[in-house]
Amino acid sequence: MDSKLFPEGVQRCSFGQFLIWTAVILGFFTWGLYAAVLVLYNGIGTTGLDNYFGFGAWITFDLAVIALGAGAFFTGLLKYILKIKQLEKIINLTVVVGFICYSGAMLVLTLDIGQPGRAWFGYWHPNVHSMLTEVIFCITCYCTVLIIEFVPLVLEQKQLNKIPFIHALAHNMHVNMALFAGLGAFLSTFHQGSLGGMYGVLIGRPYAFREGFFIWPWTFFLFVLSAVGTGPVFTVLVATFMEKLTGKKLVDYKTKALMGKIAGTMLSVYMFFKIIDTWAWATGYLPSVGLTFDDMFYGLVYGKWLLYTEIIICGVIPAIMMITPSIRNRPAMLYIAAILACIGVSINRYVFTVQTIAQPALPFDSWQVYAPNWVEYASSIMIVAYGFLVLTLVYRYLPLFPQERELNN
Amino acid sequence: MQIKEFKIKWGMVIDIDKCTGCGACMVGCQVENNIAPMTKNDPYNYVQALTKDRDEASNKLKTLTWMNVYELSNGQAFPDHETAYLPRPCMQCGNPACVPVCPVIATDKNEEGGIVSQIYPRCIGCRYCMAACPYHARYFNWWDPLWPEGMDKGLSPSVSVRPRGVVEKCNFCHSRYLDAKNEARQNDEDPMNLADGAYNTACAEICPTKAITFGDLNNPEHAVHDLAKGPNAFRLLEKLGLAPQVYYTSEREWVRKQGDNYNADGGGHGAPSNSHG
Repeated sequence: MDSKLFPEGVQRCSFGQFLIWTAVILGFFTWGLYAAVLVLYNGIGTTGLDNYFGFGAWITFDLAVIALGAGAFFTGLLKYILKIKQLEKIINLTVVVGFICYSGAMLVLTLDIGQPGRAWFGYWHPNVHSMLTEVIFCITCYCTVLIIEFVPLVLEQKQLNKIPFIHALAHNMHVNMALFAGLGAFLSTFHQGSLGGMYGVLIGRPYAFREGFFIWPWTFFLFVLSAVGTGPVFTVLVATFMEKLTGKKLVDYKTKALMGKIAGTMLSVYMFFKIIDTWAWATGYLPSVGLTFDDMFYGLVYGKWLLYTEIIICGVIPAIMMITPSIRNRPAMLYIAAILACIGVSINRYVFTVQTIAQPALPFDSWQVYAPNWVEYASSIMIVAYGFLVLTLVYRYLPLFPQERELNN
Repeated sequence: MQIKEFKIKWGMVIDIDKCTGCGACMVGCQVENNIAPMTKNDPYNYVQALTKDRDEASNKLKTLTWMNVYELSNGQAFPDHETAYLPRPCMQCGNPACVPVCPVIATDKNEEGGIVSQIYPRCIGCRYCMAACPYHARYFNWWDPLWPEGMDKGLSPSVSVRPRGVVEKCNFCHSRYLDAKNEARQNDEDPMNLADGAYNTACAEICPTKAITFGDLNNPEHAVHDLAKGPNAFRLLEKLGLAPQVYYTSEREWVRKQGDNYNADGGGHGAPSNSHG
């Protein structure tokens, strides 16, 4: 029915199957939309957040997807600025995944702030000392860059591209894409760093506070490194998931292994600094304010197992796996390492968001446990459904994978 | 570390040994500052039925209590057990954690006696200041404010009512400061050199045991000036360097120790007996 819209020379499932698949996604999306409407109408009192936990599931989700979406800017940097040609096989997907992650994060933020109608105050009354101001500026500017990077892919749609003007426009946008890749890399580096800086400057929160390098706390750099150490392999996981779902080969393994090598290298650098940072924090900063390492952990939900899982199982181990060629070149091993790395960065964002404020700074206060309620889950699932929907449409109608034809013939 | 200093520094000294934990300061604060009571049902919102009920006052983590009273315990078994009560307003820190993080300058520490202000019409409700404040002195308006019928007639015309979705906090009853300055001007006195007691907060005024003393910490003629320098005076979380303008005093050593981060032996953290007031 819609086969004329498919990219040149590829097969797609029947229109009926496509409709069923889309309906399932829309089901989840509608459930989340219902939750979102309740939040906007009744206020965020409807969530599991409270005066103790001003930040919760939404901010954790936001930070995690933004870190995982880092494949876009980092791969763009390597492809367009450092001219690593091999990456053109996956660059379209990284842009789409990045776009989904960033636009999804912005949708969640709209729900998360108590006065969504005043969101523009961030530009109108900016506090240049606030890391969050930097986040607001960078996230919107970079989201715009991602849209600009996404547009040529849309213009290359088979029917659209037959129009000479659109064809020429798409071509010219490609020619100038290095400029946007550079701009995106700059903006996103600062954005990822500012998210880390947001926590590092919390002088009243010993779990997150870090001494600084120049005007930035260490967490600024740790967040950048952790994002570029996991973003590329998250894109590989998305590509592989799409391959399993469609039964087609979409990206050659050589490209995936290269992405693994890049992520592994960055993850190794990150782990080196993260371990030093954790050691300095535990033995230097904490005693200086009368606290111990043990004071920072409590029970199961805030236990030390989170730290060890993040650093060893989901940090050091996947880093070793990805930088070792013999392991990296075995698909199952690469995918396991990629999954571990993505879990690790998500744990990192969780503890910096929730554990940081759960830890009772007042000595006579007690630990509090935070549990999101269905409203927060549903609205977060809405964003995941939104991502599935965008990927579904892009895969069906746009030339997302340049290798698809040759790999499946 | 950069501590903001101004000519006038309004501050409080709270004598924990005098505090009985009666909660009058909390009530005084609530009435003075038009803080809406927590009501479970909103008769004007029909969509509320589709989601959870509004929180009632029993949910201490969603109430608005600019002044909160904590119960402290020395952790000993009977007959050596002792308790103390620690009222906690906003600390009006000299080096506030909340001010530099706000993305829209909705909060500021300024010449108004070093009081950390909050501009409600500018707040976007991101709650970054709440995450930054270790004293939990900032409160979010989770629900639209709602007063039971008739109670709205008792609202103070001097204090703005905050809408849903903004962060609010204690401001040392700032409207009383404006009133005191105006009165000084009318009496041909210097509004920048108010006499001790000319400006007082609701919590200090209502306290039946006079545990709370309020005044200018920089003015030697004000009682708080000397009280804050007393041998038993201390500030909460001194080691973190936020430099609060609220001082506490207690002759009991275990109370003073709990005020700062002297918990390297694990004392205090996670102790279930200590709870929100």
